[in-house]
Amino acid sequence: MTGFLVQQLVNALTVGAIYALIALGYTMVYGVLRLINFAHSELFTTGAFVGAALYVVLGAAGSPGLAVLVGLVTFFIVGLLGVATEAVAYRPLRRGSRLAPMLSALGVAIVIQNTVMLVAGKRPLRFPAFLPGGPFDMLGAVVTLKQVAVLVVAVLLMIALELLVNRTALGVRVRAVSESIPTAALVGIDPNRTISVIFLIGPGLGAVAGILYASYYGVATFTMGFVVGLKAFTAAILGGIGSIPGAMLGGFLLGLLETFGTGLLPILSGGTIGTEYRDVFAFAALVLVLTFRPAGLLGEQVGEEAMVYKRDF
Amino acid sequence: MTSETRSALSIVRLRRPRLSRKLLLLAPPVLAGALAPLFAAYPLRIFDLVLIYAMLGMGLNIVIGYAGLLDLGFVAFYAIGAYTYALLASGQFGIHLPFLVVLPVGGALAGFAGVLLGIPVLRLRGDYLAMVTLGFGEIVRILLNNLDVLTNGPQGVTRIDPPALFGVSLVSPLHFAYLLLVMATLVFAIVWRLETSALGLAWAAVREDQDAARGCGIDATRAKLFAFGTSATIGGLAGVVFAAMQLFVSPESFTFWESLVVVLVIVVGGLGNLFGVILGAALMMIVPELLRAYEDYRLLLYGLALVIVILLRPEGLLPRRYGPGWLFARLGAR
Repeated sequence: MTGFLVQQLVNALTVGAIYALIALGYTMVYGVLRLINFAHSELFTTGAFVGAALYVVLGAAGSPGLAVLVGLVTFFIVGLLGVATEAVAYRPLRRGSRLAPMLSALGVAIVIQNTVMLVAGKRPLRFPAFLPGGPFDMLGAVVTLKQVAVLVVAVLLMIALELLVNRTALGVRVRAVSESIPTAALVGIDPNRTISVIFLIGPGLGAVAGILYASYYGVATFTMGFVVGLKAFTAAILGGIGSIPGAMLGGFLLGLLETFGTGLLPILSGGTIGTEYRDVFAFAALVLVLTFRPAGLLGEQVGEEAMVYKRDF
Repeated sequence: MTSETRSALSIVRLRRPRLSRKLLLLAPPVLAGALAPLFAAYPLRIFDLVLIYAMLGMGLNIVIGYAGLLDLGFVAFYAIGAYTYALLASGQFGIHLPFLVVLPVGGALAGFAGVLLGIPVLRLRGDYLAMVTLGFGEIVRILLNNLDVLTNGPQGVTRIDPPALFGVSLVSPLHFAYLLLVMATLVFAIVWRLETSALGLAWAAVREDQDAARGCGIDATRAKLFAFGTSATIGGLAGVVFAAMQLFVSPESFTFWESLVVVLVIVVGGLGNLFGVILGAALMMIVPELLRAYEDYRLLLYGLALVIVILLRPEGLLPRRYGPGWLFARLGAR
């Protein structure tokens, strides 16, 4: 039994760490622009494919140093793609209704997904062995080195982001702009440049998450972003959208909920309800949280009056 | 009802055109019906799809365009309608109810689901509502996929009865073109009446400023619930016709992508404008067909076109103010 629990816990934390990394991109963008960046999930996919291509081109097999370099370069390539997306497709629409940038984001998502498909092909790509593999025994559970590596990379990135946001001048600007763009502009912060920084970091983290995800499961498909992105966004909401620690918490929490929920469902229901309901679980959790605690777990608790939006669409 | 509201209503009534002008609206569907037999089956099938999506768009337009709530799970109601027909008029359970009986049942079930979903979620802020409805749409699709006993899972329901109306069996795209023309015209008339009704005013008020609307004595939650219910009913009706037309339903037809297409129909055409919705439905159905020759590049071009349209016309091709009311005002001036 302990073996089962530890096994599920490690699985949950691994998936959760990936969700959390992606959720950070959603939450940072949402915090500033109040925009659901539908393109984010596709940038996640792009990250996996760019990573795989660089890995092969640089011949990084067997060299951890080169693998880290590939991760870094992917971070910046996809990050710059994110910056370009914002500048072209979102910035001109910032003043209008809130529906317009969201649909523009959808259009960008379609374009990116199909570009990936045209370049990399429709068939699933066998992902190179980015992370060290090798199972070992831990408290009766079989844990792979891969899972540990995913967790370590994700947690390191989250610590780095936390430091960047809370301890640097750049972080102050990011926080100021997400508090209020006009006020930040009044105190001499260039909102556009700061938003660009956010669109570099968010998609960059998403791209690294893409590499982690694809190497964890061993395959990458051009459509893999959609469901993962949806769940990551769910995680961002669970934690309280706009909140960076919230996204991290939400990611891990969703990983736990999903893994334990689906692990226990067949046992509790005597096998009639199986693992095919995994996604229902995530969305049902979302509906429940939003109904009873609309601001998420770590989100600002605001009264209903303040939450009522004016002229969104 | 306050006196202000009443006077506001009287202004709207004054703007309402006379019956003779309203009958002008019948000209396009009658003309389309007269020309329809001249076309081959393939263009007619696309025409049928345009009408189905126009109906879906008009339904969703109530929620997004009038009440200002973003619903990203609209396809769930469409699916409920389609599966209602698929289960009540096929060999699946050996039940063979006639089309005209299933049509209201499907609409009612979808409307009921809409209200049921609406009760807990309508307190939510815009984007949260979007995500919850999206989640609801996915849950419905996953249930359809997995409740094998009821829905036959991913294989879907086949052997659906071809519908019959007054003894005439509907089989060709032309038959459906007529059925859909009648239904779409009715939906158009109802939705447009709603837009200018007291309820429509309440929707507009809630959309523009919920606090102020509440201050005027409008029950915002009830108004939203009505919007949700009406739009879901229309979605359900469209679903019934879809199932009757395809004679096959499977969860594949009700993905998130389908919800998006309906949102795009309204937004590309013009949010809150019924003419825009119809234009949007025509564009969203015909353009991908024209791009069919490019197969792999189709969606890429589609996405690019979408971004360009949104960037150039954020309010859609036909903005809200150029709706039916505007047209009648112009006609009246002459």
